[in-house]
Amino acid sequence: MCGIVGLLIKRESQRESLGQLVTPMLDCMGTRGPDSAGLAVFRKPLNDAHRRFGLFCREPGFQWQTFHQDFLRDTSSDGRIEIIDNHATEISSIAVDTFKAWLEASHPDVHLISVGRAIEMYKDEGPPGEIAERFRFSELIGTHAVGHTRMATESAVSPAHAHPYTAGEDFCLVHNGSLSNPYSIRRKLESRGIVFETDNDTEAGCRFLEWRMREGDTLEAAIETSFDELDGFFTFLMATADRMVLVRDAFACKPAVVAETDDYVAVASEFRSLAHLPGIQSANVFEPAPEQIYSWTV
Amino acid sequence: MDRVKQFDLAKLSVREVNQFLHHELPGSGIERVEILNPDGSHSIAAGLDCDVAVEIQGHAGYFIAGMNKLASVTVHGNVGWSVAENIMSGCVRVKGHASESAGASGHGGLVVIEGDASSRCGISMKGCDIVVSGSVGHFSAFMAQAGTLVVCGDAGPNLGDSLYEATIYVRGTIHSLGADAREEEMEPADVERVSRLLADAEIDLDTSGFKRVASARSLYHWNAEVHQEY
Repeated sequence: MCGIVGLLIKRESQRESLGQLVTPMLDCMGTRGPDSAGLAVFRKPLNDAHRRFGLFCREPGFQWQTFHQDFLRDTSSDGRIEIIDNHATEISSIAVDTFKAWLEASHPDVHLISVGRAIEMYKDEGPPGEIAERFRFSELIGTHAVGHTRMATESAVSPAHAHPYTAGEDFCLVHNGSLSNPYSIRRKLESRGIVFETDNDTEAGCRFLEWRMREGDTLEAAIETSFDELDGFFTFLMATADRMVLVRDAFACKPAVVAETDDYVAVASEFRSLAHLPGIQSANVFEPAPEQIYSWTV
Repeated sequence: MDRVKQFDLAKLSVREVNQFLHHELPGSGIERVEILNPDGSHSIAAGLDCDVAVEIQGHAGYFIAGMNKLASVTVHGNVGWSVAENIMSGCVRVKGHASESAGASGHGGLVVIEGDASSRCGISMKGCDIVVSGSVGHFSAFMAQAGTLVVCGDAGPNLGDSLYEATIYVRGTIHSLGADAREEEMEPADVERVSRLLADAEIDLDTSGFKRVASARSLYHWNAEVHQEY
């Protein structure tokens, strides 16, 4: 089944309430996806030189401060670390490839789950409500967020298989549905040197779209191409540093509902998830049409 | 005896409300039930089996008024999937939009969607009538066996695919017909039928411009001689 949620706050003055509003949305969708959950939050972008490196380590009691000291010492880079439970964000001006190479060599047990100037990411196994509490989702501040609650149907339950999936910088995707040809997509991308981290179908979709964008497509053009290339069912909710984008496949058998007011755009698998939002009774509530691309800009 | 009963789903579960509707309501003399704060909950007022008016005040979730018999259920908002699924009799009215599979598999009674209905509206309907004031999505009336689907707006792709003996009337544009569905002449009996259903649905619209879609019946029998080329 799986649940998806997304919220884009239109007014700058209300961005402090992003976490407060999106957390009950995610928790509510726990019934659609009880085995793992994740949330990507887009914050005010850092300057051009800096990146947020979102990190995850499965090892209980992992010493993030030691990791951080190793990073500063080994790379002679600037940096500061924000730690929460088994996740951390290293903020630094180090080149992305240099960071990746250092991480692989020095801490292969630590996974890089997001990179970008704006994105911050949390995902793990467990009931969505508990995950939201562990990572204090309700305190998150930002322009927009997309989240997912997973009911695994095609690959393992693990933190790495939890959504959102990321590829490249400041791009993430959550998926309700299943792709039928992820392996052919994967073979096509791997032959171009694109590296996969899991055997999950959504990762194939995410990396496909990001590859198209790196080849020069707009996200819209990449999605149009995906209608021909991706076989299966999907409601995809995507986010970049300044946009939230929603699309459903031609059959549209995976649900989505959108609510828009002057203050926000909210997306969820079911209306239940939106019922607590302020002004929802007078919001424009609609079901997105098949193969139509909906895009909202911060 | 108070003939009106009110429930607040912010305080009670759907199960508690439905148990009242199933077990305590019949024979109680209550004529009208109002349900507040549905907040997208599923299965509200499913399985009713008595003559009562149920008013759901707000947006509701999946399977609203499923299997309805005798009751008249009105949703003052949108609904999710499969409203009035397998309706047997009575009337289910949605004042807003309906998501997919509205009136799916319905045997009798009337389903009215005052906004748009999504894909698969009236899929496999077996005798109910569905009137949609707005438009319907793709694969509406798929394999519909009996009954009538009236669409005052447009119909999406593959309307009436693999249709049996249900009849479809569309006032707006038909994006495309499904396999074995064909447009036919509107006869006086069709005009009368559309007129009656619009009146039953309380939709103030004349019958001009409606097109009739019915089965070409070429898929009814297996024809071994054409090698599956129909």
